[in-house]
Amino acid sequence: MSAVKLESETMADGVSQLQKQLVDYTASLFDEAFLDEQFNQLQQLQDENNPDFVVEVVSLFFKDSERLVDELTKALDQQTVDFKLVDKNVHQLKGSSSSIGVQRVQRACIAFRDCSEEQNVEGCLKSLQHVKHEYSLVKNKLETLFKLQRQLLAAGGPLPR
Amino acid sequence: METDNIEDMDMEVLPSMWPEDIGADAGKQFNIDKPGQDQDMLEEANAVRLLREELDILSKQRQEVELKKLEILEEHRFEEESYGGDKRPISILDEVYDIWLDIAPKKHDVVFRARKLRLKLRKHSKRLERQSSPVEELSQILKRADNFLHFVLQNAPVVIGHQDIIGRTDVEIFTGAGVKESQDFKKEVLEKGLPAKREITFETPLFGSKTFLIYVEPVFSKAGETIGINYMGMDVTDQVRKREKMAKLREEIAVQKAKETELNKTIHITEETMRAKQMLATMSHEIRSPLSGVVSMAEILTTTKLDREQRQLLDVMLSSGDLVLQLINDILDLSKVESGVMKLEATKFRPREVVKHVLQTAAASLQKVLTLEGHVAEDVPVEVIGDVLRIRQILTNLISNAIKFTPEGKVGIRLYVVSDPSLDEGERCPQKLNADQSTVSENGLKEDADQEGFHGEGPYQNHSLNDDPRTPAKSEVPMDADQEEEPQTTTVWLRCDVYDTGIGIPENALPSLFKRYMQVSADHARKYGGTGLGLAICKQLVELMGGQLTVSSQEHCGSTFTFVLPYKVSTSPDHSDDPDEVVDMANHDAATDEVAESFFQFQPRTLGSLFSSNGSSRTQKLLPHKIGFSGSHKLNGFSQNSYTFPQNDIIPEEMASVENGCSAIDVAETLSEPESSASHIPNHNCETPAHADKRGQDDTNNKFQDSRNTDSSYHAEPSREVSVAAKIREPLGTCKRQEKSDADSESTSSKIPKSISKPKILLVEDNKINVMVTQNMMKRLGHSIDVVNNGIEAVRAVQHCSYNLILMDVHMPVMDGLQTTRIIRSFEETGNWDAAEKAGIELTVPSQDALQNGHGYTPSGNRIPIIAMTANAFSESADECFASGMDSFVPKPITFQKIKERLEQYLPD
Repeated sequence: MSAVKLESETMADGVSQLQKQLVDYTASLFDEAFLDEQFNQLQQLQDENNPDFVVEVVSLFFKDSERLVDELTKALDQQTVDFKLVDKNVHQLKGSSSSIGVQRVQRACIAFRDCSEEQNVEGCLKSLQHVKHEYSLVKNKLETLFKLQRQLLAAGGPLPR
Repeated sequence: METDNIEDMDMEVLPSMWPEDIGADAGKQFNIDKPGQDQDMLEEANAVRLLREELDILSKQRQEVELKKLEILEEHRFEEESYGGDKRPISILDEVYDIWLDIAPKKHDVVFRARKLRLKLRKHSKRLERQSSPVEELSQILKRADNFLHFVLQNAPVVIGHQDIIGRTDVEIFTGAGVKESQDFKKEVLEKGLPAKREITFETPLFGSKTFLIYVEPVFSKAGETIGINYMGMDVTDQVRKREKMAKLREEIAVQKAKETELNKTIHITEETMRAKQMLATMSHEIRSPLSGVVSMAEILTTTKLDREQRQLLDVMLSSGDLVLQLINDILDLSKVESGVMKLEATKFRPREVVKHVLQTAAASLQKVLTLEGHVAEDVPVEVIGDVLRIRQILTNLISNAIKFTPEGKVGIRLYVVSDPSLDEGERCPQKLNADQSTVSENGLKEDADQEGFHGEGPYQNHSLNDDPRTPAKSEVPMDADQEEEPQTTTVWLRCDVYDTGIGIPENALPSLFKRYMQVSADHARKYGGTGLGLAICKQLVELMGGQLTVSSQEHCGSTFTFVLPYKVSTSPDHSDDPDEVVDMANHDAATDEVAESFFQFQPRTLGSLFSSNGSSRTQKLLPHKIGFSGSHKLNGFSQNSYTFPQNDIIPEEMASVENGCSAIDVAETLSEPESSASHIPNHNCETPAHADKRGQDDTNNKFQDSRNTDSSYHAEPSREVSVAAKIREPLGTCKRQEKSDADSESTSSKIPKSISKPKILLVEDNKINVMVTQNMMKRLGHSIDVVNNGIEAVRAVQHCSYNLILMDVHMPVMDGLQTTRIIRSFEETGNWDAAEKAGIELTVPSQDALQNGHGYTPSGNRIPIIAMTANAFSESADECFASGMDSFVPKPITFQKIKERLEQYLPD
């Protein structure tokens, strides 16, 4: 009897702990400006009919961004840089990151675009590094966030709103 | 012995080791110390003697060296400080005695030379005299105390020949002001008994003006009385000149330095200002984004159910928000202009449309009983080149200013051509164009049939129609050919008056009127609000474009702001490459409206719904016709012409649009026949041969004419009519916040279910993620949407299917949102896809189908609301969106609220 009770208690503890962890982690992502209000918009769009919406969009974003970053790396590797192409890709990346609310990537993109407008190869390369860095940071953060969410769901707890 | 040897060795080594100039001291040391040390030694006397001898030799050597050194120093000194530092009062007589013994370096330069000279003098001129000591001789000479020169210094011969001088007084030798001065100086020294120096300039016969440093010292007798003076002059002309030059140089350097610091300061200040301005621009931009968020959220809030108090609070919030937003926009503009960031664009635009549009916008948000009118003179070109956005900004600013300060009466714009000193009459000719053609229909029914059909050709008609529009077509043909050869562009100066019957501006306020943050008085600021930046911006913009903004005003009667700007007018017929142009040309109705002298009027109470256009000045006077809007022109023309009753002013909005809408179809149908037979065909028949070649260059001609010749084109007319009516409703709905908030909240809620009744929405967006997010949001709002990825696909989608709303990304590959919108608008207005074809989009539907398609959905409102989704929230891009025919824009990223708001606003209920 008591053993069973204990177990359910720990489980409840585990869930609430996980929940707290998730809330804290999400808050930290906002505090550190990895995410902005737009990410909340995404989360609002997720409901019973569409339970994996955020994960889907973000995965698409990861896929798309990696492609774009690759393209950019290639474009900047050329002897003569096609700034139009760079501009196009940066614009894409900026658009998607702003839609997701990944604001640090978006900001890095703005700086990138400015460099590309100035046709400043060195600046572009630096910006690319910056974008890559921000991207990998936020990717890690988001993956951790999703992992926490999955753990919470697996533990049977509802996602905090 | 050993020690002796050592000592000897030491002694022998020593002299060579000692530096010669310290020899004396060293010697003394030995003289005293050595004997003391070696007293015990027997042989030491010998050594001492040896040492003494050595010492003697040494000291002799030293003296010689010292003398040599002195000599060298002396030479050197004489050169360097030729006249410096002789301050001790010593007479030469004293000097003479010890001249060989103790040479004081400070004074001996003079004395030394004096000695030499004396020797020379003796040789030369005193041979006969008995040999006596120089001292005696000198004393004798001096005792005479006359003015005669008895000897001269070595430097003197350079200035004056030797022989000329001896035995003469210096008064005889020199001339000029210096003579008297030197005499006075000498007297002064004699009286005072103290030596003195002075620089005096003399005129010499050989060398012109020479400056001498004169040293005069009194000579005393043994009794101590002054018996004469020694007088020495040294030519220091070069030194003086150098000194003066130096002084001048120093002065220049000082000035330069001062200038430099001044410049540095200025540069620093300028840089600081620039940085501050840049910073201001950046900050304003940063502030604007969140602020517009606040304001738009507040706007949305007004659509929700609110009680009276809440609404009041919200109204205050909105108006303050708007004001701050306006202020920031103004600051941003101003700092852009001032920091030189503002770039002007040169695009073709139609001045009439700009005037019309500005008035229409102003009328839409008008909250008082005012008549807005616009006059565009007939000689204003149809199309000019300039920065339309800025010009529109200036006009809007001036108009809203005028409206603000006009409690009742009229506010209007007058646009006409003025001559510029740099322009002669000939250059202005091409704008005399086209004129007098108010509408197609008019021309069709009146005698001007021959010109019709050219309206759509834009610049081309500048050539063809110009001078006398009533000339029969045949006589026009050769003129066309002639004018083709004209230069490609000319400049035309357009003067624009914005006048009002408002409170006017007191004279004393006029000078500060264009200064920023200046309003006529604090009272005005309180009463009328505003940032006080508007006029400053207008002025800056006008000046940036090479024009001038002036104002004249009479208190209590009104003000007139006038700006004159140069515009380029393209007279080149070759413009078919430009897709924009194609759109414009395809839009023949717009063209026809532009052609004549125009008069627009927005009457009070109708608030922009009505606007009468008095087209062709001369012909129309007899038959004033009334139109609901630019587009309804033709139909109204028809109806009036057919019923022939003059119908003038105000028709309430609703009536007008309804009437237009209803009458549109039947009028068009009944009248299309006479029109096409009476006006078109003859016209084309006679023009076609003449323009056969031109069609090659510009196939819009063809298309235009073709489309005109088909019946289907007339079906597009009524559809345009309706769109106009829709246009009228829209500003009222959107701009009149007051009304909106007054409207019962039930009405807004009733809107929503209606909009859910399956409106067709098209999303044009290339970014997958954005598509996904937007799609989802729309799904949440209960809409399913079609998605295409670029402009061309969008055009195709519109060809195939009729949409109730289009959400359009602005920045897209292949074809951007602006161009896409223009193509869709052009289709809506012309009923054909020529513009699309021009842009290289193959028609997937036969044009006839498309037209029928268009015809099919026309009555339900054929102007599809197009909402731009824009990434950069610059006001420019918003303007661009509107200029391209978009109805609204949503800044990215798209949020639930924003999209919801737009849907409610634009989906038909």
